[in-house]
Amino acid sequence: MSDDKTVLIANGQGFWGDSLLGPKRLVEEGPLDYLTLDYLAEVTMSIMQKQKLRNPEAGYATDFVSMLKEILPTCKEKGIKVIANAGGVNPKGCLKAIKEVVKELGLTGIKIGIVEGDDILDQLPELIASGEEFKNLDTGAPIQDVLDKISSANVYIGAKPIADALDQGADIVVTGRATDPSVVVAPLIHEFGWSMEDYDKLAAGTVMGHILECGAQCTGGNYNGWRDVPNFARIGYPIVEAKADGTFTVTKHEGTGGLVTVDTVVSQIMYELGDPKNYLGPDCKSDFTTIQMEQDGKDRVKVWGIKGSEPTPTYKVSMAFENGYKIVGQLTYTAPDAVEKAELAAEILFERVGMYGKEIPKEDRFVELFGTNVCYKGIYKQEQEPGEVMLRVGAKSDDKNLLNILGRELAPLITSGPVGVTGFAAGRPRPTEIVGYWPALMDKTKVHTTVTVEEV
Amino acid sequence: MAKVKLMDIAIARSGDKGDGSNVGVKAKTPAIYEFLKANLTTEVVKEHFKEICFGEVTRYELDNLNVLNFILEDSLGGGGTETLIMDAQGKVHSLAMLYLEMDVPDELLA
Repeated sequence: MSDDKTVLIANGQGFWGDSLLGPKRLVEEGPLDYLTLDYLAEVTMSIMQKQKLRNPEAGYATDFVSMLKEILPTCKEKGIKVIANAGGVNPKGCLKAIKEVVKELGLTGIKIGIVEGDDILDQLPELIASGEEFKNLDTGAPIQDVLDKISSANVYIGAKPIADALDQGADIVVTGRATDPSVVVAPLIHEFGWSMEDYDKLAAGTVMGHILECGAQCTGGNYNGWRDVPNFARIGYPIVEAKADGTFTVTKHEGTGGLVTVDTVVSQIMYELGDPKNYLGPDCKSDFTTIQMEQDGKDRVKVWGIKGSEPTPTYKVSMAFENGYKIVGQLTYTAPDAVEKAELAAEILFERVGMYGKEIPKEDRFVELFGTNVCYKGIYKQEQEPGEVMLRVGAKSDDKNLLNILGRELAPLITSGPVGVTGFAAGRPRPTEIVGYWPALMDKTKVHTTVTVEEV
Repeated sequence: MAKVKLMDIAIARSGDKGDGSNVGVKAKTPAIYEFLKANLTTEVVKEHFKEICFGEVTRYELDNLNVLNFILEDSLGGGGTETLIMDAQGKVHSLAMLYLEMDVPDELLA
């Protein structure tokens, strides 16, 4: 292996629902070795678990499969490998769907790998019996508080099993709950033969993954200098050019919109950051205070010097539990006295719900007058009364029926409440389930991942 | 000395961390970073966000990137998946931070 070998990795999907143009343009508009795609947020796993309960074939990111249909011929032609955590709670189901797509496209010689073992929902009782406490990482509360309401439980697995799948020749690798950076670390381990004890390199890969994980958020998206961002509509998604020693350059395809500067890259580094000295991941601990960076030409930022250390002996577990219901509806109130009238409307609504025989307790009520600084509170100074406000009104409850009554009583305010009301086009709101989030830790040695590679 | 908004001397980005949010602030120059390190304290930030953040404020320093990272605990009304508020993930806490006014020495603004 020569020292100047460069591996190009791009991320085309920052979350489940990100633009399909990202991956399509990344494979078409320039050179690339690996395309990574991130689909899983905390809530997503629980939604997928419900889909799987209704249909055992479901429970993965179906968008991924339809998107693959569009890009796979180009990927095959250019030798681009695809890594995605699109497997959700059913990587096997995803594998089956991908095989069908490959056949439909008439392609052959495509190897598809899946990584399983992150889903520990069925093993929870035995794991608890073996001494795993699964205390809530944020609140310290015991798992017994929510055990009968848990709807999904997944371990954030690391890069190693994904790299193993690549070592076995996989062109597409699908995982369940892998960490966002691990899908980027994996091809580096595979390409450069990095050891799992070389923590500085794994940390460099983790930082690459953190920079890439939100897609266009490091190429000018959601950036303070938005006026300086050229051609937003055709914004380029981020690419790293990685070297064997862990140094890398952040860039994007030539001719695309957006920009890559130290400021856009640092903005992404700051996103969802906790203690920068101890960025914890399954592969290593990364020290973000060691990152060195400089502009290296137009739309090129060079990064080096990253230090890492041994990972903790635990994996992070993400669980979802059913935590009652919520409802939010909206009406618009206009001047004069828009704020006062909207407040009155909310009071009337809660009183009328009570007239059906059951009050919604004060602490479970929700009233937000959008347009009166609800995002900035007192921080942004607003001198004049707004010309209109949006009343967002709702509640939380274990009693779905009570929330249904609230949903029904919203529209009647138009004809039997204060004047200057409009904006009910969205129709009657319905209660939706609240998905509670339960983060915890568990002993790494009790998690067993498996890799399966099949050729079509 | 001139009274300026933080948005004139820094950029920022925020996101959610459980029931709290993180706000990263990057100074436009190393000299401004030193000024912010001395003056953008957890007390100042806590006071600025008093109607948004009801928990503790923690500050981390990244001297290498001219960045201060703040964690605002109890600032999302129950956390990303449960809250009903519009800014469920603290996405605009970064801009709210940049509205903070400070007395900045003239030589740093040149």
